[in-house]
Amino acid sequence: MTKLVPNLTAHWDETDSYTIAGYQRHGGYSAVKKSFELGPDAVIAEVKESGLRGRGGAGFPTGMKWGFVPQGDGKPHYLVVNADESEPGACKDIPLMMANPHSLVEGVIIAAYAIRANQAFIYIRGETPHPIRRVRQAVADAYAAKLLGKNILGSGFDLEVVVHSGAGAYICGEETALLDSLEGRRGQPRLKPPFPAVAGLYASPTVVNNVETIASVPAVINNGAAWYKSFGTEKSPGIKLFAVSGDVKRPGIFEAPLGITMRELIDYAGGMVSERPVKFFVPGGSSVPLLTPEHLDVPLTYEDMAAHGTMLGTGTPMVFDTSRSVTQAVVRWIEFYKHESCGKCTPCREGTYFMVDILKRLEKGKGQISDLDLLVDISAQISGRSFCALGDAAATPVPAALKYFREEFETKLVGVK
Amino acid sequence: MTVTANPSQNNQLELITATVDGVEVRVPKGTLIIRAAEQLGVQIPRFCDHPSLEPVAACRMCLVEIDGIPKPQPSCAIPLTEGMVVRTQQSSEVAAKAQEGVMEFLLLNHPLDCPVCDKGGECPLQNQAMTNGRPYSRFEEGTKRLFEKPININSEILLDRERCVSCARCTRFADEIAGDPTLELLERGAQQQVGTADDRPFESYFGGNTIQICPVGALTSATYRFRSRPFDLISHNTICEHCASGCSTRTDIRRGKIMRRLAANDPEVNEEWNCDKGRFAFTHTTLDRITTPLIRENGELRTASWPEAIEFAANGLKDKQSGVLTGGRLPQEDVYAYSRFARVALNTNNVDFRNRYASKEEADFLTHHVAANSMHVTYRDLENAEIVLLVAFEPENESPIVQLRLRKAVRKSKLKVIAIDTAAIEGYKKLNAEIILTKPGLEADALNKLVPSLNGKNVIVLVGERAATSSGLLSAVASMGKSTSAKFAWVPRRAGDRGAVEAGLLPTLLPGGKLVKDAADRAEVAAEWGVAQLPGQSGLDQVEMVKAALSGDLDAFVIGGLDVYDVSYHSDFIAALEKTFVVSLEQHYSSVTEHADVVLPVGVITERSGTFVNWEGRERSFAAAMHQSLALTDARVLHLIAEKLGVKFADQAKPSELHKSLTSLKDSSNTSTMSAVASIKVPGILLAGLRQLIDNGSLQQGEPHLAATAREAVARVSAATASANGLVDGNLVIIKSSTGQMVLPLLVSEVADETVWVPLNSDGSTPLKNLSVSIGESVQLQDGGRYVL
Repeated sequence: MTKLVPNLTAHWDETDSYTIAGYQRHGGYSAVKKSFELGPDAVIAEVKESGLRGRGGAGFPTGMKWGFVPQGDGKPHYLVVNADESEPGACKDIPLMMANPHSLVEGVIIAAYAIRANQAFIYIRGETPHPIRRVRQAVADAYAAKLLGKNILGSGFDLEVVVHSGAGAYICGEETALLDSLEGRRGQPRLKPPFPAVAGLYASPTVVNNVETIASVPAVINNGAAWYKSFGTEKSPGIKLFAVSGDVKRPGIFEAPLGITMRELIDYAGGMVSERPVKFFVPGGSSVPLLTPEHLDVPLTYEDMAAHGTMLGTGTPMVFDTSRSVTQAVVRWIEFYKHESCGKCTPCREGTYFMVDILKRLEKGKGQISDLDLLVDISAQISGRSFCALGDAAATPVPAALKYFREEFETKLVGVK
Repeated sequence: MTVTANPSQNNQLELITATVDGVEVRVPKGTLIIRAAEQLGVQIPRFCDHPSLEPVAACRMCLVEIDGIPKPQPSCAIPLTEGMVVRTQQSSEVAAKAQEGVMEFLLLNHPLDCPVCDKGGECPLQNQAMTNGRPYSRFEEGTKRLFEKPININSEILLDRERCVSCARCTRFADEIAGDPTLELLERGAQQQVGTADDRPFESYFGGNTIQICPVGALTSATYRFRSRPFDLISHNTICEHCASGCSTRTDIRRGKIMRRLAANDPEVNEEWNCDKGRFAFTHTTLDRITTPLIRENGELRTASWPEAIEFAANGLKDKQSGVLTGGRLPQEDVYAYSRFARVALNTNNVDFRNRYASKEEADFLTHHVAANSMHVTYRDLENAEIVLLVAFEPENESPIVQLRLRKAVRKSKLKVIAIDTAAIEGYKKLNAEIILTKPGLEADALNKLVPSLNGKNVIVLVGERAATSSGLLSAVASMGKSTSAKFAWVPRRAGDRGAVEAGLLPTLLPGGKLVKDAADRAEVAAEWGVAQLPGQSGLDQVEMVKAALSGDLDAFVIGGLDVYDVSYHSDFIAALEKTFVVSLEQHYSSVTEHADVVLPVGVITERSGTFVNWEGRERSFAAAMHQSLALTDARVLHLIAEKLGVKFADQAKPSELHKSLTSLKDSSNTSTMSAVASIKVPGILLAGLRQLIDNGSLQQGEPHLAATAREAVARVSAATASANGLVDGNLVIIKSSTGQMVLPLLVSEVADETVWVPLNSDGSTPLKNLSVSIGESVQLQDGGRYVL
């Protein structure tokens, strides 16, 4: 059985894990000092070498993203932390910010130093006031400890950090929509190119990273890239927070090397509630295609998930037992995307509207057999045609659900008892 | 649709080679796929794409397949690159299917109410649903999203939200082109809709363009809504008669009645935009027209036949000392006819086209630096300039297409705009202009101070008609043009003004820039007109004519298109008209017909052909939109009077003949210069202001929806002037002169000290009429208490 590797979660059981004292008691902020000794380019090189990939869902190599920022361009650079965790099923960044906000702040200092940014923003989902308060306190404590502000630890490096509260739109988790929102506009994705690394926030080079990604950086610096790479697989190195939810006995966050299997995670979560078997699960939030019990032993890595037609996503599996209706789950997901579609592009705006219309009909037992093919066709009309990944995400649940559970959908047709 | 190429960049255009639908294309680097396909004759369907707006790739209608990229890509946002292989719907199943899918989505929530929609018949959604859509809907049982309909986004524009396809053309136009970003997309998902903030109207002088670029029937105008179907209209190319921008327009007529006006495409002039005045103010062509000649008998005007009225007019003018005054509505051919009529039939150089403050200095400036100096500065020059200096000229109100072109250059080519004026009006801010505030009368000093810093740069100076009120300003502009590399142009307000200069409608000027005082010039013009000689003595200008009439030295006036309340000495003017024999050539009853002895009705712009000359000096010819009209032109009426006076011209005053005749005189290049004039410092608080684009102008009558989009009249003073005079921001202010007063809400803003800025002809603000005070004259200010709406 794959062993858990508590790193970010190592001290969550301590009552003061979220305080600066609690963080520093276990060596917190030592990676900042080490980074200043290494210099920014060496920090980027170390992160590149570690193979750390973005934990927000897309899995883009973090060091490479940092390397895209043009240096010596005379423009201000910005670091933006994407803490707009809103994906159905995803619940890892918010607990992390609650229990260990200083790992995020430390990561912010190191990342900003590496990309030569003197201003960083942490954009937190607006509906969640608790982590906003907690991260604000952590930032204030870091300022008080002279870890933020002017001339940090005598290095000559200045950094200001602003904690920004979102206004309640899922789309603002999309990095360019987040930037628009942060600039005070209505959150809608921007046309790319230019990419944020070249023209992001206020048209200046910007790195947008997920909370978990940034919070993982101090450990990479402290323990070295080789340590980090010793976990996981070649293409999916390192450790990750897996937030298991659904019909398990003890839903929660398990920090484990990439490559752990769903079966192992369910075991860690105490097995299935009511002892009913798994009917289906989504490995990484509602935006990735679902899998079935035959996939319980597939390693949870970027490459293995892709090989099975799905994605690791945020690494936050939702587990459903045999008492659950896949139709109902799909209806709820698509309703969510319809509600959260920003409206900018036609396929996502209208396609989700169309799908919900049909799914509602199916749910009421008023579907036609042709509706099933129509749903697949609509998904294909959205997928790859929408402006941003929200549309692609909205197009994923239906084809997978129909692939594995078409019979269940067929029981929802007119005249079927 | 327009794309204006930048000629300065044409030389270093880098070409790339790519393949579209199997055809090799060579296009300039940066050409978008959708534009390259157009050149091949492949129309990729589109909604959000518009050549004058930044790409957004929002509607996804224009998806095409690009080799090497797995997903179909929006052709409106991706430039062709070297070696790129693109397949449009013509050669790619994937692209065709993607487009079909998007079209199906667009129609889900669209009401499909084409039979009652104004856009039906000329609708890109309708057309592209036919070419790139599915034959039937799969949303049969679905419930469409509905909205309350329609809503007014301003008094002139209505929005049917359920028809909207969220292409964001209107919002991008407002933001990028007009600089009025008060129209925005609101809400999200299928509820996304166009709207304005907190039920405030969409405030823009250019709002009507959003109706024209809307690719569906979501935006309609209050004037045209439900009035006509596109296929019932007969369209005519026309030129806007309102200002000196010289827009190409399209006039759509159904059964002899104008239904609407649109901006036509003219890349060198108005690109594809026009202002709301040009678009909506056409009711004047039908409203309260004078239909028959009138003769004053026993103090009353009575109907007369044409022969009687012409004879009456000729008898009244015979052997009299006469003056000829015209206004800004006249095409060049007509002013030319007035010019010739005065010189030949009335034997006088008493001619003036300026129905406003008119100075000797201005006449001098126009004679020496404007006449026969066509296309010295063009719209394109503005785009390529480094600095444009605006002197007593606020383009948004006074020549709106100049404003749009400057704004485009400020956005795209980093043009810097500097303005010398009495107040920092909103339009300047949309140009990011550096504003040099001066008290009325002191503009010349400010200009002279600025000149050294402009030396050696590519500078264009645009000077407005208000410069005539500031002594020394026009001569300072002229001397700047001589001492530096700067080029300058005069931008009058009215469509006919520049043509009047070309036609020689000034006391010292003959047509074609020829001079009254020059015997050779006189002889040339006399030969063209087939007469032995022309009067050699300079005539009187408008101010002098009024004085001469009062003192009994002038006996008669011939007046076309003029309002006495456009000058501050209107009581003198009226007394002068009362005292003299007045022949009025007019379309509508006016302050002149009220005092005229004979009124001769003339045709409006739609009933005749002609030419306007815009501020560039560019000739803008137009044909009659309503051929069947029997209305006479001013030129023809003058010709009839001249015949009665014993003068006969072979051309019968046909517009085409008059145009040919004037053109033949236009070869002289006038190299003389004007003499310098000193500026005059007037003490006290001085009146400043301008005529707002949408105001009480006579050609805007009868259009309440347009009138309601006018900017509210406010008086503006500086904070220092307010506190020195006990005035309070937001209160009312009483502005007094020796003859009257007016009360306006006060706005403390960026205005030169000791200056009060007001609109010159808006609701509640008519200082020329009420106060008998013009720009640069002194007034008193007093707090008027709280302003309660």
